[in-house]
Amino acid sequence: MKFSDFVAVDSLHSNVEADTKEGVIREMAQSLVDAGKIAASELESIVKAIMKREDLGSTGIGRGVAVPHTKHPSVHHLVGTVAVSHSGVNFESLDGEPVQLFFLLVSPPDRPGDHLRALENISRQLRDESFCKLLKAAKSPADIQHLLEEADGHGVVS
Amino acid sequence: MATALYRNPAMTQETISCEVVVGMQHGLHARPADLLAREARKWRSRIELVAKSQRVDGKSILEVLTLAAEAGTRLVVEATGPDAREAVEAIGGLFERNFNEQTSAG
Repeated sequence: MKFSDFVAVDSLHSNVEADTKEGVIREMAQSLVDAGKIAASELESIVKAIMKREDLGSTGIGRGVAVPHTKHPSVHHLVGTVAVSHSGVNFESLDGEPVQLFFLLVSPPDRPGDHLRALENISRQLRDESFCKLLKAAKSPADIQHLLEEADGHGVVS
Repeated sequence: MATALYRNPAMTQETISCEVVVGMQHGLHARPADLLAREARKWRSRIELVAKSQRVDGKSILEVLTLAAEAGTRLVVEATGPDAREAVEAIGGLFERNFNEQTSAG
């Protein structure tokens, strides 16, 4: 799976303003609403579900990256967005480091395989340190988009 | 006192492996991958997970996630080092208990 298969390009955020876990999640979910990817009426329910998942254990997987996610019956295919915080947000990460890169995923309850393949793609690309570094330095949504496209181009098509 | 820390490496580099099956309904996703990497980091041995076409470091959640192992996937847990046997047993136990999640049965 590639970024272009699930990332909504018109929802990308290169400068997250929120400085709390819930604030970032809300801002990203709102940008998916604005991009027409999730229904405005489902926003609260989705934010709540993502926060509930965080309570089970932070999705801050280290290296300044978090992948907040949930399954939600209101979506019919996997939708995702990417955000960058230049100052970093306390996400109770596994390694205790503040998080600068966020990949938020909302998937239909009956498609666990798609969710796994999106996680696989994100984690595989993030092993590349220069990709991480460049993404953290993104100044505009277009910068993020170019980096994701570049990563897709170098990835192995499966 | 310091000498107690040094053992003969030739005596302690044992490799132990076991086959496990991903039983969780949603596969080896972020939460179990985190639990696995945490458990793996408790041991001194090198711990790897081997899938059909890849071999990854079990101590790194990023590496474990790149397996994208769905329910039913067979993996080999392989440990090499002074506590290899205990490490494989501990990690095998996580799979046996399905990381305390719903199973894919039914």
